[in-house]
Amino acid sequence: MTSLDLYVWAGVVVFLLALHAVVTRAHLLWKVLAINLMGTGVFLILLAAPARRDPMVADPLPQGMVLTGIVVAVAATALALGMALRVMARTGSPFLTVDPETEEPDPDAPEPPR
Amino acid sequence: MTGAELWTTAAVFGPLLASLVALGGRPAALKAGLLLGSVTTLAGSLGLWLQVLQHGPVRHLLGGWGAPLGIELWADGFSVVMLAVTALVGAAVSLYSLSYFGDLSTLDAETSPAGRAARYFVPLWLLLWSALNGIYLSADLFNLYVTLEILGLAAAALVTLAVTPRATVAGMRYLIVSLVGSMLFLLGVALLYTEFGTLALEELSAAAPGGPMAATSLALMTVGMAAKTALFPLHAWLPPAHAGAPAPASALLSAVVVKGSFFILVRLWFAVYGGGSEAGLVLMGGLGAAAILWGSVLALRQRSLKRVIAYSTVAQLGYMFVMFPLLAPEGLGGPDPRWSDDAWIGGILLAVSHALAKASMFMAAGNMSYAVARDGLRDISGVAHRLPMSFLAFGLGGLSLAGLPPSAGFVGKWLLLREALSAGGWFWVAIITVGGLLTIAYVLKVLRHALDREASDGDFRPVPRRMEWAALLLALASASLGVRATEVFQVLLQGGVQPWT
Repeated sequence: MTSLDLYVWAGVVVFLLALHAVVTRAHLLWKVLAINLMGTGVFLILLAAPARRDPMVADPLPQGMVLTGIVVAVAATALALGMALRVMARTGSPFLTVDPETEEPDPDAPEPPR
Repeated sequence: MTGAELWTTAAVFGPLLASLVALGGRPAALKAGLLLGSVTTLAGSLGLWLQVLQHGPVRHLLGGWGAPLGIELWADGFSVVMLAVTALVGAAVSLYSLSYFGDLSTLDAETSPAGRAARYFVPLWLLLWSALNGIYLSADLFNLYVTLEILGLAAAALVTLAVTPRATVAGMRYLIVSLVGSMLFLLGVALLYTEFGTLALEELSAAAPGGPMAATSLALMTVGMAAKTALFPLHAWLPPAHAGAPAPASALLSAVVVKGSFFILVRLWFAVYGGGSEAGLVLMGGLGAAAILWGSVLALRQRSLKRVIAYSTVAQLGYMFVMFPLLAPEGLGGPDPRWSDDAWIGGILLAVSHALAKASMFMAAGNMSYAVARDGLRDISGVAHRLPMSFLAFGLGGLSLAGLPPSAGFVGKWLLLREALSAGGWFWVAIITVGGLLTIAYVLKVLRHALDREASDGDFRPVPRRMEWAALLLALASASLGVRATEVFQVLLQGGVQPWT
């Protein structure tokens, strides 16, 4: 097992742990951070796995993809945190507590904009 | 610049530029953005349609840089049909949104809540439009990932424009599902690149992906995209999000946004993987069948107007997956399986007809709840007498969903049925038929409430003409498209199911 293999398996473990956290943790901050971490796991795999074919030559394509991926992840995390704050402000809780499955129209809902 | 280059550029970068214009935030900027986005995408999709019809699939190397380092835009019949239907729906929703948030020219974007909603809606929607067109024209997996992520972020933000706690929670849930779906997709992309050393769809298709790594990758990408498309049993996020969003956003999310990830699924399974595996195709079709039954039954049980339509989306999306097993009636044996043209055209035509019909139904429902300021089925009692145009739009859209002639939905279902009958797939015949009957049932349920003789008490707010016309035009398009379906057939066969063989 080379060090590159180690990176690949570390990526897989990080991805799976983070996926587990997204599903099991109820707090929105946990969920957002876990999604961010899932991305990190993918980036590790994306950099290390293709490099195993020829470890002496750098492949620019995965590096470009990871750089782009990081930019996308920053934007996604920022939006998710912003929306989590909105959830806090509008429901008073950092959890997804208002059950959106309730059938009755919300009595507190404001009228559509006039 | 050749024609193909001009039109692909217009379709992707037109709405992107328009979104930047609309970020200015003043009413004039919002209007200019909507106009620019609509004109560029309508022109781009019409131009590309003619190009593809005459010359077959077209390619545009952005800035002259090809694969592997550059970004290519590529269009075949499937791409231009989706581009065109998105342009039609988009233009109608843009028209609708000019009035929905109030008169844009007098709105004070700084202080009024409606002004704030309009100010964010327009740039987000134009950005989403650009991302969708980018998906339809993408020729490589990474470009698909980036456009998909832009689509997901813009769509989730649109849901939270409705300021209710309920919609905010639904939007957050949608964002989480969408981001996790993207991550699964990206992991699949990483595995494919590791195995085949390329991201270009065409080269991957030539490599004929097989083996455990390629199968794992397809499974990961499929789960990710199925979550975003709300394929049963990953649909639970959809009804609250689509029902909670402001009406023009609901129309967009239900009509075209879910089609973006559906498009990627079809491209992956058929164009890249050559059908994947027979068991996989049957599994996708089975999930689609479950979605049709489950979504329709739940739609029948809802008590608010927009939730009926949202559950109907879960059901109608199921039809598009029933296409999967029907596409390969003789199995995948051999390197070059026979694809069924009937199933291909029927399935895509159903996607087109659903986009037009669902957008018109959500806009019509938006008009009804705009008028009575409520969304319950009881609250819209008697609204048909005061909003005959919206009532007609809802009814025509419903007929098209149910598959009555001469709608596009009729032609699509007919073709799928014909394929299922000739292949002896009685299970699919039963599902398609029962789904159609259930659709009629829940559409009639809404129409009955709207036709009630006794109007519900309370204020009635007049609905701007423009909003009624936007809904009615799309409904008419959907209900009459069946008459001109041959034009769609011809262009869909450019490229066909597996364009790179």
